Amino acid sequence: MILLLRIAATHVRNRLRQTVVSTLGVALGVGFSVAMASLMEGSQRDFMATLIEAIPHVEILDEQRAPRDQPASLKYDAVVFHGLRPKEDLRGIRNPTEALASLRDWVGGMLAPRLSGQAVLRYSGQDIGLTLIGVVPRRELAVSKIGEDMRLGSFNDLDTTSNGLVIGDKAASRLGADLGDTVTLTSANGVAKRFKIVGLFHTGITTSDEGLAYAPLKAVQILLEKPDIINSISIHLNRIKDANEVAARAERQLGYKAVSWEEANEGLMEAFFVRNVIMYTVVGAILVVAGFGIYNIVSTIVHEKAKDIAILKSLGFPEGDIQRIFVLEGLVIGVLGAIAGSCLGFALSSYLATVKFELTTDVEMTRLPIHFSVYHYVIACLLALFSSAIAGLLPARKAARLNPVDIIRGAT
Amino acid sequence: MSAAPQPKADTPLLEVSGLTRILPAVVPVTLVKDVTFTVGESEFVAITGPSGSGKSSLLYLLGLLDRPTKGEVRIGGSPTHDLSSAEMAHLRLEKLGFVFQFHFLLPEFTALDNVLIPMQRLGKLSRKAQEEHARGLLADLGLEAFLHRRPEQLSGGQRQRVAVARALANSPDLILADEPTGSLDSAATEQVFESLQKIVERQGTTVIAVTHDLELAARMARRIHLVDGMVDFDRRS
Repeated sequence: MILLLRIAATHVRNRLRQTVVSTLGVALGVGFSVAMASLMEGSQRDFMATLIEAIPHVEILDEQRAPRDQPASLKYDAVVFHGLRPKEDLRGIRNPTEALASLRDWVGGMLAPRLSGQAVLRYSGQDIGLTLIGVVPRRELAVSKIGEDMRLGSFNDLDTTSNGLVIGDKAASRLGADLGDTVTLTSANGVAKRFKIVGLFHTGITTSDEGLAYAPLKAVQILLEKPDIINSISIHLNRIKDANEVAARAERQLGYKAVSWEEANEGLMEAFFVRNVIMYTVVGAILVVAGFGIYNIVSTIVHEKAKDIAILKSLGFPEGDIQRIFVLEGLVIGVLGAIAGSCLGFALSSYLATVKFELTTDVEMTRLPIHFSVYHYVIACLLALFSSAIAGLLPARKAARLNPVDIIRGAT
Repeated sequence: MSAAPQPKADTPLLEVSGLTRILPAVVPVTLVKDVTFTVGESEFVAITGPSGSGKSSLLYLLGLLDRPTKGEVRIGGSPTHDLSSAEMAHLRLEKLGFVFQFHFLLPEFTALDNVLIPMQRLGKLSRKAQEEHARGLLADLGLEAFLHRRPEQLSGGQRQRVAVARALANSPDLILADEPTGSLDSAATEQVFESLQKIVERQGTTVIAVTHDLELAARMARRIHLVDGMVDFDRRS
């Protein structure tokens, strides 16, 4: 094989200009695909990190995944129930203390109870509707990043102020309210209660900054008239990969629907998958185009080297050897291109990582998110080598089939 | 057709029986027709004949570069007609050496490399032994000063002698030469001819050379003359 590689390398080296052009084609393909993959995965990871930090890894909701089987349907096959509802639909997770205690026994992470409901926030004659979330502050801080989003006041003040309220800065701005002001919250049942603003947060997501408010769990239970009831348990896991497993076990244990972050964002995952498929298709297309360059040069060499092929065959080189020589020529260009392309890809990715953006929109991004991964290089290089091998194989097969007698006769 | 001479050994090095090669075409062309002869060890055989008489076609059949339409070639007593192309290639590598009218050296490689390549492909000798053997062959042919020159840097005679050295690289039993002096001047022709003669005399290697040069053919021990693809006569000088 060393001899064949030497012959292949000699052929390629003697067509330096064509080799350089073909190598550049592969290098550009590999370089741009690496840079593109780094950028795409960087943005995906950045988005996922933001998303995962912002939402619970597992959320247990006060609903069932499927309606419970009714005794009559268990006994008779012909019985089917549609739209069955209890006389008094009191939703919520009952006995939350017991439920939380049973989960704490085995869940590796933090748990936080929540009671959410709709309410109207009134201040100086202005109203805005929002989602009010009743929380145990120190537990909530452990499962979400609301603490990092605080702009004024402290989320922990909800612990010390029984009627404390934390709202988004945009909601406060719309009402003209500020830290320390007292506002009125009215529930859907018409129960009104006065709260004191102890903190303002800014998440960068407008719907949250305008439409979310946090208050102590007890105060919200009173306002919504749901004493000792919560309607969700948020879980922040130590190992995020366990989310699906934990959700399934929690659902089996409590009987309430438990949704992992992956299930909750299934559509998003699919979108990322489709985006990656598109990206690698484009990368593949680039490398196929580069493969045409290799095909061109190897075909030219086969044509020019017909006499050498006849010589090698007359010396006793079998067809397989001849084929391997020209496949190796394609691979030599592919390997050179992959090495140069990897360097180019690293340089491009490194440069892109330094590019800064000053955006004024709510979602702030100061620089392009680049993720450096050896897999990007491996995938791009393997695609390049595959493309090179195929590009070399087609003319190589033709070379192997050349009849030495025809060539020798033609030359003499 | 003259009677074929008896081979020196019990099993002839080369046995050709009823060899026929017809090129398939709208009107099939017969290149070689019903050729039968045997060649023993250490023979120096000339194949002569007018243009188009099938000399080179016969040589390609003997060298397993082409397959006969009919008949058989036996090398060292072994039939070759049922060998795969890879087996034929291996037999060529190990037992046969070729010298063509044009040197047919690999242009990107030096004289030494051109001689080393068949040895490296066969891989019977160590690297060091290969190099020593290649240098020895080139030195024997008076090319010790040109080991690292590429074919383009050599004269016609020197190139052809490198081709002879390459043909000898794997110490073959049989060297097939197709007009080895056809493109050379008289001085170079003499050098190459002497080289081939030395091979027969000193190493006992059999040489079959196609030539249209009757003077040269007369200096060889045996001459097989073809006319229209058939053996016209086969005699020793």
